Amino acid sequence: AMLSLDFLDDVRRMNKRQLYYQVLNFGMVVSSALMIWKGLMVVTGSESPIVVVLSGSMEPAFHRGDLLFLTNRIEDPIRVGEIVVFRIEGREIPIVHRVLKIHEKENGDIRFLTKGDNNAVDDRGLYKRGQHWLEKKDVVGRARGFVPYIGIVTILMNDYPKFKYAVLFLLGLFVLVHRE
Amino acid sequence: LRKNVEDFTGPRGRSDLGFVTFDVTADILKRRHGIFDWNVKQLFLYLSAEYSTKNNALNQVVLWDKIMLRGDNPRLFLKDMKSKYFFFDDGNGLKGNRNITLTLSWNVVPNAGILPLVTGSGHVSVPFPDIYETTKSY
Repeated sequence: AMLSLDFLDDVRRMNKRQLYYQVLNFGMVVSSALMIWKGLMVVTGSESPIVVVLSGSMEPAFHRGDLLFLTNRIEDPIRVGEIVVFRIEGREIPIVHRVLKIHEKENGDIRFLTKGDNNAVDDRGLYKRGQHWLEKKDVVGRARGFVPYIGIVTILMNDYPKFKYAVLFLLGLFVLVHRE
Repeated sequence: LRKNVEDFTGPRGRSDLGFVTFDVTADILKRRHGIFDWNVKQLFLYLSAEYSTKNNALNQVVLWDKIMLRGDNPRLFLKDMKSKYFFFDDGNGLKGNRNITLTLSWNVVPNAGILPLVTGSGHVSVPFPDIYETTKSY
């Protein structure tokens, strides 16, 4: 018998109760993953504790597909040289660049300017029209650590939706059929 | 780490613009285990000026930066460097400001792992003159 027939036999043999059990198992895995993610959000203070680098503007330090680990604790002041991940008002995609200048008032209000290591000019051209500085509210987090290459999978899933569906389909199939 | 500086400010409308020329002598290897170990991909070095003004309690401006890859010469011997980025103040806080501190720092970028920011041990305090310089520029 071919491999595919054995596998289909397995599925047919499972009765309804076993199928529901597997679905619940699947639900538990998803919930645990979500809880870990939420936990990370609380511990780091960032709404997005792990981000993937999307452009080459921070080369040679970071390349497309590298994974960054962020924290965003209020007690950590923003200082020059730090690598920040920020969002420009009205835009979804976060940008990873380095802080070039800061002007901080006594009460802690801070305005700062950023620049990508690999860019010739600072980011003012990227900000909203009329916006000259970034503020604390624009910051998603500060990069504290990184791992290269691993994020390529999410970029591939984004750029090639068929790949994403294939991955999700295979994952779902695996969890449903796996006996443990 | 040692820096020698010459500077002046020019009026640029609302904001003071500072001009700084500096020398940097640095020996990055002079640390216990050598900073370029197997997990260090590069160092991002930057020279920053820190000062206070009437408008802002804390200002930091990066004047110059350099990427030093593993394998590059770890000794820096730069003379008469001009700042790479415009040293604009947010206001007129540079004229007559007696206490601008220049510090050399670097961001260690590993092959994988933590990204620490390290401040070098030498730093130089620089005063800006009381009057604007209108004849000179870079």
